[in-house]
Amino acid sequence: MPAPREMRAIGPATFEVPLGFRADMRVPLRVYGSEKLVAEMDDQVFLQAANVATLPGIVDASICMPDAHWGYGFPIGGVAAMDPRSGVISPGGIGFDINCGMRLVRTDLTWPEVKPHLRELVDGLAARVPAGVGSEGFVRSSKQDFMDVLRGGAAWAVRAGYGTPEDLEYTESRGCFPGADPRTVSERAVKRGRTQLGTLGSGNHYLEIQVVHPEDIFDAALARSFGIDLPEQVVLMFHCGSRGFGHQVATDYLQDFLRAMPAKFGLEVIDRELACAPIQSAEGRDYFAAMCCAANMSFANRQVILQRIREVFSLVFGRSAETLGIRTVYDVAHNTARFEQIATARGPRTLLVHRKGATRALPPGHADLPPAYRATGQPVIIGGSMETGSYLLAGVATGAAAFFSTAHGSGRTMSRHHARKLARCSEVEERMRKRGILLRAASRRVVSEEAGPAYKNVDEVAEAAELAGLSKRVAHLRPVGNVKG
Amino acid sequence: MSGSAGYEFVDAVTSDLSFVARGDSLDETFRAAADAVLAATVENPEDVAPRVRRRIALEEPDRELLLLRFLNELVYLRDAEGLLLRAAHVEVEAGPRCVRVSAELVGEPLDAGRHRPASDVKAVTAHGLRVTPAARGWEATVTLDV
Repeated sequence: MPAPREMRAIGPATFEVPLGFRADMRVPLRVYGSEKLVAEMDDQVFLQAANVATLPGIVDASICMPDAHWGYGFPIGGVAAMDPRSGVISPGGIGFDINCGMRLVRTDLTWPEVKPHLRELVDGLAARVPAGVGSEGFVRSSKQDFMDVLRGGAAWAVRAGYGTPEDLEYTESRGCFPGADPRTVSERAVKRGRTQLGTLGSGNHYLEIQVVHPEDIFDAALARSFGIDLPEQVVLMFHCGSRGFGHQVATDYLQDFLRAMPAKFGLEVIDRELACAPIQSAEGRDYFAAMCCAANMSFANRQVILQRIREVFSLVFGRSAETLGIRTVYDVAHNTARFEQIATARGPRTLLVHRKGATRALPPGHADLPPAYRATGQPVIIGGSMETGSYLLAGVATGAAAFFSTAHGSGRTMSRHHARKLARCSEVEERMRKRGILLRAASRRVVSEEAGPAYKNVDEVAEAAELAGLSKRVAHLRPVGNVKG
Repeated sequence: MSGSAGYEFVDAVTSDLSFVARGDSLDETFRAAADAVLAATVENPEDVAPRVRRRIALEEPDRELLLLRFLNELVYLRDAEGLLLRAAHVEVEAGPRCVRVSAELVGEPLDAGRHRPASDVKAVTAHGLRVTPAARGWEATVTLDV
């Protein structure tokens, strides 16, 4: 089924599916993307977004980003803001990998300096940043330490010697969601996650060495403000989340909510993965507090991984990470819900904004931005496939229409099973070698699943995000080395 | 179906990995679904030797929720204890207000060199989860978050 017949354009790269597409929708759907991207979206995106539009307390619209695709519960690339009094919170609107996110790191190194050491660097990163099924992290934390991780997030990591206070400055929410309460997480979640601090995971998680070519810069002034200020500059990007800890938090509460929905809350279950609880209920409050714990574990995870990256570069180049200029540009969260102040015609209003496979993108002047980015807007990272590269963008004022949200990646075009049938690992490796990309993967099967053709065209997604007024392109970042989970 | 395994991976949810498991009985269908989770996790599930045993007993209001919890137990034991497990013996029993499963799980710790890790299954999702009577026996449709 193509996009719904009822859908109409309401602005540049912006479409609306009105009320009535599904009889019990409370708000319309708003779908961002070029005509081509929207026409090629899975039909399930619209059906899932329509399911989301029926949830109690949803405000304004059920929103899909340009990289939207068929997920579980919410579509991936789904955004929904809920009224805190009448609305619900849904683990399926956040995802199992809570605060799966992306960090971009700049260096003072250029591609001619790095190229002779590429193999050594990629091998070093693969060895020092554990990835794949069953990998254990290098951080040994007691149970009490782990409770501190859940409360403190990236700040715990910096206190423990992994990174600098400056890293926190350039991490969304300073690397800590304040509502975390470790009493709301199960022993199972702790047991699953405690040994995984400092691991990448698998699937679409990766660690890349990238190059910014001068011809790939869209806005030189913004790029300079974000520390991209050298010709052929080398940057580092990595994508990972809260590992088994977050997965178990989501699993625990999904199962609890499914039991409580009809009996206790009188809520109808449309899709069991859309299980939810009133934000004001004890169950809803507990899930929010546990979700914040997982978000903090994820911020800490990315922070300790950065320290390992610094060690590898320092070892290879025989200079300190500081003198190599290895600094966080920004760290963004993808799978979260948080209370945010939203400006409306009737004044500011606090809403619980769910983002599942979507990135927050604050505009210039926003009070939550660090001083260095107050004039530029928030750096936004859109991670593409391992074959095609990624984008750095900036938040813009017009993003208010989407609760200051934008795309998070290029978005899959086909299932993992389908992708496996299209290319063997060796074929993908060969293709990447010809493009000058060195790959180290923990799983050969995942290489096939994550091949370039399994994703939408990242150029089109980034362009659509700009056309729709969600964020502004700053630079295209091209991979030269990839460590894949 | 791939051989006598009783499951097949299918093109469904774009973001993740879906499979259909079948069996003449609910017991067999649950066992086949457990095999599918193992096959998603490692490339060589046939090399998992029966060196460790675990017993589980679970109860839920319906068959779907029961399968969800049953498979999530396997995901948990793999992640928390590093165990690759299949269901050697499964008994699903329908009561008046609930459905129960008791199972003996057998397997061994993950050995990356021998088992060849594939996908880190994060969770079993409830999206489109179905356990329904089929022309012959039962059929379960499951999506894993990987």
